Amino acid sequence: MDFLVLNNGFPYLSALIFLPLVGALLLLAMPGENACRNWTLIVTVGTALLSLPLYQHFDATTHLYQFGEHHVWIPGLNINYTLGIDGISLLLVLLTTLLMPLCVLGSWRYIEKRVKEFMFCLLLMETSMLGVFMALDLVLFYVFWEAMLIPMYLLIAVWGGPRKMYASIKFFLYTLAGSVLLLVAIIALYLNTNPHTFSIPQLMGQGFSPAFQTWVFLAFFLAFAIKVPMFPFHTWLPAAHVEAPTAGSVILASVLLKMGTYGFLRFCLPITPAATMTFMPYILWLSVAGILYGGFTALAQQDMKKLIAYSSVGHMGFVTLGIFILNSRGIEGAILQMINHGITTGALFFCVGMVYERTHSRELARHAGLGKYMPVYVTFLAFFSLSSLAFPGTNSFVGEFLVLAGSFSKSMVVTVCAVPGAILAAAYMFRMLQRIVWGAPQNPDHTGMLDLNTREIVTLAPLLFFVLWIGLSPEPFLRVLHVSVNHLLTQVGTLPPSGPMAVAKLMIP
Amino acid sequence: METIVSIKPLLALLVALAGSVMVMLSGKKPNIREAWSFVAAITMFGIIASMIPTILPAPLGLGKKILLPLFKILPGVSVTLRVDAFSMIFAVVASFLWILAVFYSAGYMRGLQEHAQTRFNACFALALFGAVGVAFSDNLFTMYLFYEIVSICTYPLVAHHQDEEGYEGAKKYIVYLTTTAKGLVLPAMILIYVLTGSLDFADNIHTGIFSSGVIDAHGLLVTALYVCCLLGFAKNGVMPFHNWLPGAMVAPTPVSALLHAVAVVKVGVFSTTRVMLYVFGVDTMNALHLGMPTAYFVSFTILMASVIALSKDNLKARLAYSTVSQLSYIILGVALLTPTGIEGGIIHIANHAFSKITLFFCAGAIYVATHKKNISEMSGLGRAMPFTFAAFAIASLSMIGAPPVAGFVTKWYLLNGALDAGQLGILVILLASTLLNVGYFAPVTFKAFFGKPPAGEVYTGIKEAPLTMVVPLMIAAIISVVIGIYPDFIMNFVKAVVR
Repeated sequence: MDFLVLNNGFPYLSALIFLPLVGALLLLAMPGENACRNWTLIVTVGTALLSLPLYQHFDATTHLYQFGEHHVWIPGLNINYTLGIDGISLLLVLLTTLLMPLCVLGSWRYIEKRVKEFMFCLLLMETSMLGVFMALDLVLFYVFWEAMLIPMYLLIAVWGGPRKMYASIKFFLYTLAGSVLLLVAIIALYLNTNPHTFSIPQLMGQGFSPAFQTWVFLAFFLAFAIKVPMFPFHTWLPAAHVEAPTAGSVILASVLLKMGTYGFLRFCLPITPAATMTFMPYILWLSVAGILYGGFTALAQQDMKKLIAYSSVGHMGFVTLGIFILNSRGIEGAILQMINHGITTGALFFCVGMVYERTHSRELARHAGLGKYMPVYVTFLAFFSLSSLAFPGTNSFVGEFLVLAGSFSKSMVVTVCAVPGAILAAAYMFRMLQRIVWGAPQNPDHTGMLDLNTREIVTLAPLLFFVLWIGLSPEPFLRVLHVSVNHLLTQVGTLPPSGPMAVAKLMIP
Repeated sequence: METIVSIKPLLALLVALAGSVMVMLSGKKPNIREAWSFVAAITMFGIIASMIPTILPAPLGLGKKILLPLFKILPGVSVTLRVDAFSMIFAVVASFLWILAVFYSAGYMRGLQEHAQTRFNACFALALFGAVGVAFSDNLFTMYLFYEIVSICTYPLVAHHQDEEGYEGAKKYIVYLTTTAKGLVLPAMILIYVLTGSLDFADNIHTGIFSSGVIDAHGLLVTALYVCCLLGFAKNGVMPFHNWLPGAMVAPTPVSALLHAVAVVKVGVFSTTRVMLYVFGVDTMNALHLGMPTAYFVSFTILMASVIALSKDNLKARLAYSTVSQLSYIILGVALLTPTGIEGGIIHIANHAFSKITLFFCAGAIYVATHKKNISEMSGLGRAMPFTFAAFAIASLSMIGAPPVAGFVTKWYLLNGALDAGQLGILVILLASTLLNVGYFAPVTFKAFFGKPPAGEVYTGIKEAPLTMVVPLMIAAIISVVIGIYPDFIMNFVKAVVR
């Protein structure tokens, strides 16, 4: 276990994974709806607090997986219960634990039927999402990966909008198709190692034959590209987002999409580096296509949730662009952008949910001119929209800046083609903001619309705090990335640049 | 240059921010609300003025530079405030004119019983926050941040009337400004970071931040970055991205006055010239031969905008095109790259501000008093509103560049700068534009004083606008004359920049 820093004290990671599960089981005994809500809130807040020591005790000077736990699970097949986190997964774990209590708060009044079952699904989701980010054994990873599918399907299919059956089945089929390919790749990797192993860190740097790498890469890539979703595998996303309840949309956008890009970083790059280099140019162009396609499509939407869903396609395009640039600025920017997108898009979905609770509509036109009646609401919305379009001083700017800086040193042409995506982001976000805050000379009647209550402000305030914190002082977040990202680049074989001039030399052909 | 750390620039910015918040909180009581605006404006000006002795070059002052690091974003990218002679020129002018504008807009908005005055005043303060922020930026990132804040905070001001025309103008405004900022400045900024590893401005106007190695290896790229910056800060009104400015004239006149003659457009030219001088630097621009092409490029704007101005009958539209034309003088002067040329360009930031705000103030006063917007309807009005039109005449002379008004100082330095650079072509352009200025300004005053009222109209009962409007516009006009006669105060700063 040379890749793992074993944790001999309190098993933080297992506790984090199983606390929501235990909470979910106890939830079944809760009487009444309000008790269920309160209990779920307590459990998720408890999980969030329990995750804080991870950041505090995290050692940013090593690329090894920390807080490690290793137990033999099925010795005959060499399947182990191995957990550990490095700089790449740490922030994603913290993002997940931050968002879950907010999801509970955001669903407080939104969910009126089957409250207990809803909360049960939320807690199951939390367990499996945390498991995905912490698992270091492929079988364990796959178990958690598949375990997310059912509660997410239920969240859409039971508590969703009018077209929930269509959306949930589409979501299920797309993800399942990806999962099957993932399973094939996992088994192929197992059979091709000697001794056979499912251990993710041990599979890295094995030097598989190029042909084998290509097949494994393609299987991984399809599975994760559907999850991200990368253009052209994105069509399940708008449907799922539009029909899902607020908490479902938030979890989907903020955490589930990140699993695709996390998969690229954890599997594609280190396990199949040669194939990564082969496919890199195509994926860069695919990312640019996603950025532009997402931007243009978002510009045409009348449905607020669809608009944000398509904007996700564009934003995630920037993330995949950053990852496959394969230099430290690009990947650090991409990871930061994953966190940023989780915070900002999550917040935007909460915002849409809040007006949906009041008007039962998501139409832009229906909410034109809300600024006068809900000043607090539009202030929050304005900050999150600005963050989404990468306004300087907000979180997304730092991520986008790093991604584009990395990208410029890789390829001038690709980057210049990606820049219009930044303009498009401003265009669709300002369009939405203009409609909601100002509208037209004649606006729908909003008399009687109540501004945000305390619970709603408490839901949004932490996210706004992180928007500005990451935007103005990202060092605490970038600090934990450097060593892990540099190690990853060594595994891929593209060493980090030594200084500004080295970058410049790369740039001009 | 000796550098000291001081919290004053931050305080000046926070005052504007706090002013905006207080305005919003006291929206129900108009007098208290306006009082907050006034207190914020005068405090901000006081704080900025208190830095004059520190910044002013010896022997009059200490000749120091103030730096205040606030946030570190990435290595080489930070939010840092800097106050040097160049910042002071813009900051002093903008904050002083804010005081005048507070009085003026109170008179204007109440005179016309405009709606949403609270939002108007709050956004006004926020716009000043952004403008002075640009003046106090120590690096490209900080400047970009405040530049974008100005764009966002002035949107509500342009869209103020909330009718079709207002929304249309505001949409044009935000589309032009954001597209150019995101599409040109942002990539240029990132590439500068990739090339140099830093976004901080240089200490003087000569060296720039590019090492000679970078210029030798990537001359073409650096030239492209320069073009991106020149066009990207579209608030500078350089054609072809100038169209937002006439479109934004749908805003109430105090907005046009302060923001589109002083704050917003000056943010544009200040950013452009700051980047030309402190990112690229005179040496780099000379090495890459960027000066003269820039000068001739903006000359097109100078002449073309003047010709368009001639054709406009709407007074505010004519002033808008005059602004487009005059802003390019500033860039032209700097692009000459001779000390006199740069001085002429920079001092025009102040000169144009005082004179153009007078003209807009006059346009607003005429509108409040008579509800007239078109020049053709203003024949003979001068006798009914002598003070307003006298101020208009003084400011027109300044725009034309006649002694002894402020504009003459600019013209003098620009002409000398063109001679120093040996550019007869620029000389011809400057003279031609002066003639065009006469062509579109002189008739306004002439007809007002000597023309006959349009047939069938009698100017009975028309008198000057309220004192809160006439006094500020007179003060601004008088200052134009004072600068014309005694330019030394501002020239001290200008000379310190060029030194």
